[in-house]
Amino acid sequence: MKNIFAQVVLFVFLLWSCAPDKPKNKEEFPEQPANNKSAVEEVISNPTKGLGAVKTVTLKSPLELDRVNRGLAIYEMKCSACHKLTDQRIVGPGWKDITKRRQPEWIMNMITNVDMMLEKDPEAQKLLELCLMRMPNQNMSIGDARDVLEYMRQNDGQK
Amino acid sequence: MKTSLKLVVLLFVVASAFTFYNCKPKGPQGAIVGDAASKVYVNPGKYDEFYNIVSGGFNGQMAIYGIPSGRLFKILPVFSVFPENGYGYSEETKPMLNTSHGFVPWDDLHHIALSTTKGEHDGRWAFGNGNNTPRVARVSLKTFKTEEILEIPNSGGNHSSPFITENTEYLVAGTRFSVPMGNKDVPISSYKENFKGSISFIKVDSSSGRMNIAFQLRTPGFNFDLSRAGKKVSHGWFFFSCYNTEQAYTLLEVNASQKDKDFIMAVNWKKAEEYIAQGKGKIEKAKYAHNIYSEDTHSATSTMEQEVKVLDVTEFPDIVYFIPCPKSPHGCDVDPSGEYIVGSGKLAAMMPVFSFGKIQTAITNKDYEGDFAGIPVIKYEAALYGEVKKPGLGPLHTEFDEKGNAYTSMFVSSEIVKWNVKTLEILDRVPTYYSIGHLSVPGGPTSKPHGKYVIAYNKITKDRFLPTGPELTQSAQLYDISGDKMQLLLDFPTTGEPHYAEAIPASLIKANSVKIFKIEDNHHAYVAKGEKETKVERKGKEIHVYMTAIRSHLTPDNIEGIKLGDVVYFHVTNLEQDWDVPHGFAIKGAANAEILIMPGETQTLKWTPDEVGVVPFYCTDFCSALHQEMSGYARVSPAGSNVPIKFSTGVVEEAGSK
Repeated sequence: MKNIFAQVVLFVFLLWSCAPDKPKNKEEFPEQPANNKSAVEEVISNPTKGLGAVKTVTLKSPLELDRVNRGLAIYEMKCSACHKLTDQRIVGPGWKDITKRRQPEWIMNMITNVDMMLEKDPEAQKLLELCLMRMPNQNMSIGDARDVLEYMRQNDGQK
Repeated sequence: MKTSLKLVVLLFVVASAFTFYNCKPKGPQGAIVGDAASKVYVNPGKYDEFYNIVSGGFNGQMAIYGIPSGRLFKILPVFSVFPENGYGYSEETKPMLNTSHGFVPWDDLHHIALSTTKGEHDGRWAFGNGNNTPRVARVSLKTFKTEEILEIPNSGGNHSSPFITENTEYLVAGTRFSVPMGNKDVPISSYKENFKGSISFIKVDSSSGRMNIAFQLRTPGFNFDLSRAGKKVSHGWFFFSCYNTEQAYTLLEVNASQKDKDFIMAVNWKKAEEYIAQGKGKIEKAKYAHNIYSEDTHSATSTMEQEVKVLDVTEFPDIVYFIPCPKSPHGCDVDPSGEYIVGSGKLAAMMPVFSFGKIQTAITNKDYEGDFAGIPVIKYEAALYGEVKKPGLGPLHTEFDEKGNAYTSMFVSSEIVKWNVKTLEILDRVPTYYSIGHLSVPGGPTSKPHGKYVIAYNKITKDRFLPTGPELTQSAQLYDISGDKMQLLLDFPTTGEPHYAEAIPASLIKANSVKIFKIEDNHHAYVAKGEKETKVERKGKEIHVYMTAIRSHLTPDNIEGIKLGDVVYFHVTNLEQDWDVPHGFAIKGAANAEILIMPGETQTLKWTPDEVGVVPFYCTDFCSALHQEMSGYARVSPAGSNVPIKFSTGVVEEAGSK
């Protein structure tokens, strides 16, 4: 009898633990940011280095023009379908001022390690919630990502 | 009391075991014993140990399964159009199905041959035969796509094909039916005089895999069934089973089963190669298509070849020898050592095993019983190693393990028989459900078998699965052969009607599998490498749309300026560079189905609008949360209207503008 009771308790416990996750606490995920900043501004105002192979990036001034040109070519082939150079969001956020808001490492990790970033990085996850579209892995090397970063810097008016 | 109870139980167990052993299971139940399920269960997310590359028979395709799970991974179109991925529908793939008779949308694929190096699987290509309109195809095991199809001239049906030599130097294409060469108009009754056999030796380039017909052997007229290349000691030779040496041309069922023995034809192909090198091949006119798919341009081309080199074997006495083999031999299989050649006479009560060494001695000593159309016929006993007595009814095909055992399928008695190649002793037999045709041991036709499983490909399934009307699935059955006794583990349904199949360790293929096509390497004539290159161009009555697809929009998605009478080509480039993100494309009213575009690829759908209006198009492969939004409109104006070509994505105009 005791045994049966224990089994029922166990069964109920199992049932409970298999249930879907509880709805998220509203306080954890407020629907609207408290201030007047747009959602985009909110999510991109928190700089981190992200997750991935890129730990430190050295940026040079003036811009490396070789990189800028290669970055532009890659942008047109692999990125422009979703990212505009203005602040307009199409599928993904526009690129204007991205280099001012994000660490270069974060940008390059997002490009080269997008699946893990979307799984682990809170900033990347915020963008996913905003855009509802997983950024595709566009099969880019770290060198490619560095070139794109240089092109972004030029787009942001750096010399 | 307890002891007597134990005794009763023991007796019951013994009695039931005895009953089980004595009764051949006949129904769908039975035969599964022990922990079969755990032996075929592959945990979710885990991989199978072997790829099984299975011919689809009359569906003209190949299918890829995992072993031991029996899970179907892919249907791979070869000689037939395939609605699932647009093969034979897209402009890029249509040339693959071109032949000297024009576009042939459906053929019959019987046999698989996986490429080998030094007699062992190398995981590079799978070859298959087109049985009806004679062809051979090469499939890349990196992309799992058909890369090349070569038509075989002077053939009356390419059954005896595409068996390969141990370093993939050649694959063969032996005609099933003898026919008059060169499209001659002669009475059918002049078979003996006018009909000839033809065996093509197709050279395979060792780096690119490209095929070409090196030479054809012209043989006396009868039917060629199956073949195998020699290996190790017998490398340099090829063996073909022949039937209808009666040279019947009507009611073959009776008239081709008159003789006590037909032949296995032994071909010294190294010798034939020498004659060709000496320039002794006769050049004959022949028209045959050679179709090649390029992954640089993602497009196929079809070229019409004009001639072949021919050696008439009656003029070169040391190329070909006949070995008598009982009763319409079907399978003709060479063991891993290359020494033993197993002939399977469909109607014979025993199976002869020939010795390559003895065949060589017989040739040296001219130990012949006579000739057939001028070709020496070796004395049966002089070539024979021994006979497998009473193996079963209707022996068809034999595969081998690495322990010196052979496994022969018995069509009439529905069983697999295991026997020892050296002792010729029968070791075990298991029933199959029902009427087994071919069978496959991983690596079974190579010098390096992996004798863990044998897979039976059955012609009839009847009551094995839930019924689906008169047309039932075909099936395969998996047996564990690692122990002394064969054990049935699993039934799994198959697509089409499998004939031959090969199984290969997954480790030889998995790591090389292509995930995406690099967009940088796309050299399609109408590629758009990025949205900046998208455009719509008019060339007379042709409209070419350079379109891109990426989650989740098509560019351009508003197209105007198409007029009735135009033919529109949608060249869609998938900009994705991520594994497993194809996009599809379909437009309402397209008479030529849809296309599916792999990451980095360009494919083209041809559309001839037949009415004025605004016509939607969309992505057919669910790609993202906004897949339903991945769509657009094409405006079709009347012929002679002056609506200019215009295209855009994301441009919103004021209502009422033209």
